[in-house]
Amino acid sequence: MTLRSLAHSRTGDKGTTLNISLIAFDERHYPKLVREVTASRVKSLFGDLITGDVIRYELPAIAALNFVLHGVAGGGVTRTLALDAHGKSLSSALLDMELPDGD
Amino acid sequence: MKTVRIGCGAGFSGDRIDPALELATQGRLDYLVFECLAERTIALAHEARAQNPDAGYDPWLVKRIEAVLPACVEQSVKIVTNMGGANPPGAAAVVKELARTLGYRGLSIATVTGDDVLDVLRAGAFTITETGAPVATLGERLVSANAYIGAAPIAQALAGGADVILTGRAADPSLFVGPLVHEFGWSMNDWDRLGRGTLVGHLLECAGQITGGYFADPGFKDVSDLKRLGFPIAEVPEQGAIVITKVAGSGGRVTPATCKEQLLYELHDPAAYVTPDTIADFSRVRVTEVGYDRVAVDGATGRPAPEHLKVMLGYTDGYIGEGQISYAGPGAVKRARLAAAIVGERLRDAGVQAEELRCDLIGVDALHGGRLSAAACEPYEVRVRVAARVPSLDWARRIGHEVEALYTNGPAGGAGAVTSMRKVLSMASTLVPATLVRCHVRCEVA
Repeated sequence: MTLRSLAHSRTGDKGTTLNISLIAFDERHYPKLVREVTASRVKSLFGDLITGDVIRYELPAIAALNFVLHGVAGGGVTRTLALDAHGKSLSSALLDMELPDGD
Repeated sequence: MKTVRIGCGAGFSGDRIDPALELATQGRLDYLVFECLAERTIALAHEARAQNPDAGYDPWLVKRIEAVLPACVEQSVKIVTNMGGANPPGAAAVVKELARTLGYRGLSIATVTGDDVLDVLRAGAFTITETGAPVATLGERLVSANAYIGAAPIAQALAGGADVILTGRAADPSLFVGPLVHEFGWSMNDWDRLGRGTLVGHLLECAGQITGGYFADPGFKDVSDLKRLGFPIAEVPEQGAIVITKVAGSGGRVTPATCKEQLLYELHDPAAYVTPDTIADFSRVRVTEVGYDRVAVDGATGRPAPEHLKVMLGYTDGYIGEGQISYAGPGAVKRARLAAAIVGERLRDAGVQAEELRCDLIGVDALHGGRLSAAACEPYEVRVRVAARVPSLDWARRIGHEVEALYTNGPAGGAGAVTSMRKVLSMASTLVPATLVRCHVRCEVA
């Protein structure tokens, strides 16, 4: 299964920092998200698209995680040459992450 | 208990106008807010004003105000917006003229200025947050410096009887906090209330992004009638939960899921959302469905406002030239890669010194690079995109020229070439002591 069946996501940008939210459709799946979708796994997923640290914040009250990705390759929305200057499409890549079946 | 109804009629400068008109006529609003400034918009506005001293406000200002003003006057809805951009007095002049033309003499129009701190930056020693270099190293390239200012001058303008308030770089949520401070008489050091007001602003500031825009994913997250997407309304009582809703019968949805996505949008540490008014804490916010298209949001608090204000610096940063051309059918990807390689070599041979050059295959690897897309099957058609940042307009033009020339000088079947070039205004930020930023409120009557 992929993350897309358990959670939804949205990307936001500020300068050279991105954030990607990950929100469980059903809060019973929140512990699985916390266990499987670690900051280091997200960092390695994006590879050289992100040059800095990935920090994860937990929001149990809404069964969500918030990933803050520092050092967006290309220098951020105002100067990057990237087609997706904001990084808005990255949440879709996160949702393609493979997860083990079961709880 | 008194409840204030605030609607958001725009989440960016280019936003749709029809949903704002729907809000103004059917939203039973007290306030209609338009948030139209992205990080770079104000620097572009400064450039526009440098060309023409009367310009520099939002290019859609007249169209937007013209659309909503009749309903707002009739129903006593006050308008708050940062569409003043780099020139709030210029914006006020055109709104005044518009009000007179429409027959609304007596309309009170306020401007908030003081966010432009270019003189302060040039006179002092400040550090660029992103690089650690002194701001002075930008030299003549620095074209704008605007501090994010808070809710206090907006509340002051409302207390003075303003019907329309035009600001420059007010912080997005502060456009919403100002009316709440005015309506409920909150003190500007009542941090928890300001944190709660900041939550209202944070949720609403992107307009349709909380009512089903930037959300739909067919089969996973369906949104009904997205075509007629309605914009949001917050019902704010003095205490307790805020209800997010929209005009009954408009398109889109307000659900816990849409509200959670927007709650986390552009948020870093959920316990420290920094604004000029407060450092808000959204880490314990709860989201509950209380009716169809009605979601209650509760639990935001606040801590004392920061002693420094964030200042966005706009600076000229060379030029970007770009060209695109498509290939289709068998071998499309190979021909596209050949085309990209040829352009890169021709630019190098021509002596074009690009600070950075990138070649993408749109449909293959343009958004997430080669690694994430490696396992995907080959597309039927692909678009080559070559973009480079260069120091001169001539070289920027050369990028697109070399792509366009692929028609007769490149692989077989190149189609649909387009070229573009633009001057680059980059943004950086710095911090200045809040005490150095002095806001002014000025009111005039149409």
